[in-house]
Amino acid sequence: MWENIKDFASTFFVTGDPLIYGADVSIVLSMVAIVFVLTKYKKWGWLWREWLTTVDHKRIGIMYLIASLLMLFRGGVDALLMRLQLAFPNVEFLNSDHYNAIFTTHGTIMILFMAMPMMFALFNMVVPLQLGARDVAYPFLNALSFWLFMLGAMLFNISFVIGGSPDAGWLSYPPLSQNEFSPGPGQNFYIWGIQISGIGSLATGINFIVTILKMRAPGMKLYKMPLFSWSVLSSCIMIIFAFPILTVTLALLFLDRFAGAHFFTMDGGGNPMMYLNLIWMWGHPEVYIVVVPAFGIFSEIVATFARKTIFGYKSMVWAMMVIAIASFFTWAHHFFTMGTSASVIAFFAISTMIIGIPTGVKVFNWLFTMYRGRISFQQPMLWTIAFIPCFVIGGATGVMLAVAPADYQYHNSYFLVAHFHQVLIGGVVFGYLAGIYYWWPKLFGFKLDEKLGKWGFWFWNIGFYVCFMPQYALGFMGMTRRYYTYGWDRGWADMNLVSTVGAFMMGIGFIFQVWQIAYSIKHGERDTTGDPWNGRTLEWSIPSPAPFYNFAVVPEVKEADDWWATKQAKANGTYKEQPAKLEPIHMPKNSGIPFIMANFWFLVGFGFTFGWVWMAVIGFIGVFACMWARSFQYDTDYYVPVEEVRRTEASLGRVV
Amino acid sequence: MSGGKMLRHIQFWILAVLGTVLLTGCGSEYLVLNPKGPVAETQYNLIIISTILVAVIIVPVLALTAFIVYRYRDTPGNKASYKPEWAHSTTLEVIWWIIPIIIVALLGYFTVRDIYVLKENPNKEVAPMTIQVTALDWKWMFTYPEQNIATVNHLEIPAGVPIRFQVSADAPMNSFWVPELGGQIYAMAGMATELYLQADEPGTFAGFSSNFSGEGFAKMQFDVVAKPKDEFDNWVKEVKGTTPAMTKADYEELRKPGVTDKVTYSAFPEGMFEEIVAKYGHGHDMDYVMEKPPAPAGDKSSNETSKNTQQQTESHNMPGMNHSSMNH
Repeated sequence: MWENIKDFASTFFVTGDPLIYGADVSIVLSMVAIVFVLTKYKKWGWLWREWLTTVDHKRIGIMYLIASLLMLFRGGVDALLMRLQLAFPNVEFLNSDHYNAIFTTHGTIMILFMAMPMMFALFNMVVPLQLGARDVAYPFLNALSFWLFMLGAMLFNISFVIGGSPDAGWLSYPPLSQNEFSPGPGQNFYIWGIQISGIGSLATGINFIVTILKMRAPGMKLYKMPLFSWSVLSSCIMIIFAFPILTVTLALLFLDRFAGAHFFTMDGGGNPMMYLNLIWMWGHPEVYIVVVPAFGIFSEIVATFARKTIFGYKSMVWAMMVIAIASFFTWAHHFFTMGTSASVIAFFAISTMIIGIPTGVKVFNWLFTMYRGRISFQQPMLWTIAFIPCFVIGGATGVMLAVAPADYQYHNSYFLVAHFHQVLIGGVVFGYLAGIYYWWPKLFGFKLDEKLGKWGFWFWNIGFYVCFMPQYALGFMGMTRRYYTYGWDRGWADMNLVSTVGAFMMGIGFIFQVWQIAYSIKHGERDTTGDPWNGRTLEWSIPSPAPFYNFAVVPEVKEADDWWATKQAKANGTYKEQPAKLEPIHMPKNSGIPFIMANFWFLVGFGFTFGWVWMAVIGFIGVFACMWARSFQYDTDYYVPVEEVRRTEASLGRVV
Repeated sequence: MSGGKMLRHIQFWILAVLGTVLLTGCGSEYLVLNPKGPVAETQYNLIIISTILVAVIIVPVLALTAFIVYRYRDTPGNKASYKPEWAHSTTLEVIWWIIPIIIVALLGYFTVRDIYVLKENPNKEVAPMTIQVTALDWKWMFTYPEQNIATVNHLEIPAGVPIRFQVSADAPMNSFWVPELGGQIYAMAGMATELYLQADEPGTFAGFSSNFSGEGFAKMQFDVVAKPKDEFDNWVKEVKGTTPAMTKADYEELRKPGVTDKVTYSAFPEGMFEEIVAKYGHGHDMDYVMEKPPAPAGDKSSNETSKNTQQQTESHNMPGMNHSSMNH
């Protein structure tokens, strides 16, 4: 009996590596600490009522934000471990298996559990406020999306201490990811972690499309909608077409592994190449899904901090829509080297180059927004200005990669690694950070400290170039991605060391940012006006932090930058005060079902991961029970009485 | 932050980029930029052309960014014009929709041209020699159907002769890459992809595994040694005389996951590569293997390339060697 338990524990828990034991200890300690604090300060009820059951888009946004910053930390530590291993030739800090697991989790976490939730954080924090809406179209679904993401991410992350991490690359190509070559639960964690959070992402896509199309304030025609909301629409359209492909692809891979099917196996008539096609039919739009909202953020910030109307608004809108469509016709450029026919390669090479055109147009429009403007260099704008050269260079190397015959030389080399990090960090991360700095006061009521932020900014930026410019060179030297070590004879040592130094500089930048947040909670400049940046769009017309119902009175929109126009009119004395008429506000009620249901999904995923069908069945029963319960719930909304709205507004310094 | 600081930051970026570009211009360790054969040469030229074409856009854009950010900074006494409502100019927008379209059209032309070029034998004057490449866990096996010899983890080729590589795998997918000779191609089970490479001069070139295939992946690097034709022939004779023949059992042993040193075999089981492909193959993919026969050594092209073909004819007649099933 005891032997059996010992046996089980040695396969169930990841053993043998001091780094892992260290992690085990820190996980247990932090969990104990959390439980202790919640109990000591009697905060369990608060946690349940205010957070776990909330359907308020702003709170969901904050939870997404916290989760994504934690994941940025985890993915960043992975990155630093890799860079340590590669700093010198023949280092034996990590062995091959450990290194393989780390680059796999680094990639998966950074895209799916860092970039995606940080993007959803911004969607949630901003879109309803920009539209003059009180919440998203489906608040309950929104909470469910978050908890599915969260539990999916947790499932993926525990693989690192329980069962073993996936180690077949972030897209888990078969045949390597099949049972024959990757036995054990690692790949199952991958499949179920992504599957569960992917359902959440799809639901978010639907939710925000409906929100944008149906819940704009009266008078806000689509062409008067702020560009960030347009970018969210573009991104969500891509989500609803791309994510179903991911879901199906992973389901088929799961059937191969779990039920012995032969969709993507080497033998038995399976076709691994089909997996590559399918996963990139999702994967390529996915990178545009995350970068297009960053474009939206830059558009808002450039206009605000250049104090000038965005240049070429309609061009911007059409560029984003063209990108949304074109992104579905470029997937095969991820495997030009597969040996397909010349005409197929030619088609995808050209389509890939074409997608550079609208992107280039957007850059010109940002530049000409600043042209004849007045640029102030506050934090959101700093990141935006840093973005332009970084993204332009990254985009240029992307166009070079699209030159298929040259790509035969770049493919899977560090040139490629440098390229996609440049567009993903320079585009997505810089964009989201800019957005977080920009909208932070709206959510929390204070600005993030400038001085610490600038330290973080410079470390990130200089670190970025020090880290990734040498990697382009390494690509030309023949260094292939995913080599866990290399010899002295190749001449790769110098550039790798420089690159590692750069990676640590970015790490220091992140530490400054964490410090900045902690410091600013107490000392950050308070925003008493609700409009700390002299903004242009509706979210800046309400107090900071926004009250739970957002707008006491739903605004009537007349102009594209409506809040800016209102301020101008007030300054000119041409503004006519609308008689504000408060009415009871219709709001959704909190619900514990999303949280509970996501936990049952976790059981499903965990059960299938270890092949414990009984556990998966319990999970499924729970999921359906939650759906059943929700179907017969009629008491899902309520009205906020006028008196309460008036009191709340008065407490925020507004007279209505 | 002052505008001057900003400008210095931008200067740093430009220097960083230029520095990298300059560094890459020299040094033999920059394999991709030191082409040693016609395929790599074509790709090198494309890399240069595409770099210039994208530079035509990005250098002015970077300069313009620096200029605008500096000129229109919000400092007291800045005399630059400020037009907060100026937000549209059809002329300007047409210009910057058109410039990238022109660049993409140019780049597209060169790209498509070379996509087709690289599907063909790069050296029409010499009949290509076929080498079969099999990616295993975690080693490369090379079989020479015309010479009926096999090697593991090292490859010897005649210089000046185009080599037609048929690439497959009996393991998870990999990618076969010899940067100095030309770009890579995937090695996939159940099918044989085709890649032409040629070394113009004798030399030793680094070869890499470039698609992640598991634990021993990083150890799957190999050397390609290009020798003058006669030295290559001598090497083949030497291999024939001094090394053991590979048996099916040897292959099964080789197939097992693990890392191996260089090995050489004087012969290999007849039709082994075709069997490896067929093992996982679907009818459709086998057609692809069979579709394009190599310029058959010793048959049609024998008159054109006398010296080269003689050796091939010899090897074609070696006992135990029959790859005619491949050609027909």
